[in-house]
Amino acid sequence: MSAAAHVYEPRGAGRAVETLAAWTLGLLWVLPLLYAVWTAFHAAEFSTRFVPTAPLTLENFAKAWNAAPFARYFLNTVILVTMVLAAQLVLVTLAAYAFARYRFPGENVLFALVLVQLMIMPDVLIVENYRTMTALGIKDTILAIGLPYMASAFGIFLLRQTFKTVPRELDEAARVEGCSSLQTLWKVYVPLARPTYLAFALVSVSYHWNNFLWPLIITESVESRPVTVGLQVFASTDQGIDWSIITAATLLTTGPLLVAFLLFQRQFVQSFMRAGIK
Amino acid sequence: MNRATQWVHAWLLLLPAAALLALFTHYPAVANLWHSFFSTPKGARPAVFVGLDNYRNLVEDPIFWKAFTNNLWYALGTIPTSIVLAVAMAVWVNDRLPGRGFLRLAFFTPTVLPMIAVANIWLFFFTPEYGLLEQFTGALGFSSHNWLGSKETALPALMVVTIWKEAGFFMIFYLAALQSMSPHLAEAASIEGASRWYFFRRVTLPLLMPTTLFVLVNAVINAFRLVDHIVVMTRGGPDSATTLLLYYVYEIGFRFWDSAYAAALTMVLLVILALVALVQFFFLDRKVHYQ
Repeated sequence: MSAAAHVYEPRGAGRAVETLAAWTLGLLWVLPLLYAVWTAFHAAEFSTRFVPTAPLTLENFAKAWNAAPFARYFLNTVILVTMVLAAQLVLVTLAAYAFARYRFPGENVLFALVLVQLMIMPDVLIVENYRTMTALGIKDTILAIGLPYMASAFGIFLLRQTFKTVPRELDEAARVEGCSSLQTLWKVYVPLARPTYLAFALVSVSYHWNNFLWPLIITESVESRPVTVGLQVFASTDQGIDWSIITAATLLTTGPLLVAFLLFQRQFVQSFMRAGIK
Repeated sequence: MNRATQWVHAWLLLLPAAALLALFTHYPAVANLWHSFFSTPKGARPAVFVGLDNYRNLVEDPIFWKAFTNNLWYALGTIPTSIVLAVAMAVWVNDRLPGRGFLRLAFFTPTVLPMIAVANIWLFFFTPEYGLLEQFTGALGFSSHNWLGSKETALPALMVVTIWKEAGFFMIFYLAALQSMSPHLAEAASIEGASRWYFFRRVTLPLLMPTTLFVLVNAVINAFRLVDHIVVMTRGGPDSATTLLLYYVYEIGFRFWDSAYAAALTMVLLVILALVALVQFFFLDRKVHYQ
């Protein structure tokens, strides 16, 4: 933290007012989540009655878990997220290296074409991508969910910026010792870009864990549905009759991500910060 | 290494990413334009060239115009509020107020949760009679109101969810910008006797300009890209009051299976996103960098 914060930190009455405002906003912000937690951990008769002595129960979670194949949905999401991230890391590294350290004809045009994806994301190209997946015969597979996202313009851009900061001398030293281009990339660039990789990985994992519309469209069976779609199928077939169970299912599906977030809060926040600074 | 080999190396490095980008970003954008000039194939009847028919339908489709204006109101209703809240959050988290760890957690948590899960929680929140909101307004003596079920309040209710979800995300970028500001600025300003508010208005805010524009572009894209909560909370209703453009594309394309009309609708989205890109390229990237 810089000294700037000290000089203009609020003092006296101003500090009290600002603290109050910040806390009010903070409480408002967690309220819906606390409410969901309350409902999920109490029997249905207490779901809207806030009696502090109401007995806690895990029954809603048990009912939700047994009512739909959530284990399978989780497995699908984990496969999806891992597959997308692995493919992204390889593709993005190679492409970013080319843009950062090579001069070649068509460089600028190609880079502009990559950046197009920052604006026109696969999220809006659902009609045509559905057609493509059908033509390729891979509709309703986990591969089809991940494929449009594997070449990430965001990742290429982020990593290219990082690679450009690697001192030329290190690159040249590696070459003098007889490293090929790919070996230099692996031994010099990749290790130095670790924080960027972490940032990108966290952003990618949370994006694909949370993604919904495209998986909803391209999947139609339990074997390929990720948790987000599974949750929606579960919640809509039950038609909102038992809120306690639906809320429990909601917490269940977000649980792993939420726990990971709470454990690695600092890294998450710093990664998102890093990803935001071009 | 001679130049030709270098070129070949570079192209080979780019090939895998370029192929996937071409197949799932560039090709679909172009194919979408092409298919918007044809009819939807039905059963044995193949697609035939219909020229601008789909666009003619679009211009005459009141639901399209409803979705279009809804989307503009939605953007207008969510973006400025999210940004103002994000700046406030960032300043407070940066200021070492008591409990800033809790504050940062409270503001940022909605960002990491899936929109679909968040929408389920808010759906319950807005439920008539049982929901928390109703309990609260009921306790204050207001009569019951179906927030998501009436035309006037459904879209604003969805905006609240979006603001709640996005403000913390934008906060992160402002926080990063605040933390990278030079401490000398504050020292100099305080020696000159500037007040906290004056310093914020005259120094901090202008220095946050590049961040604001970055956030603005992202917020506009999100306003046209993210409709998960609509699928869960309102399905575009009541009476199309919450139909946004992408949700309408989804409805036409995957519930009515009219892919040709969906392609024409997608073109509208692509044009809007292209405009955002052009504005960013010609205006923002050039004018707003202080470094």
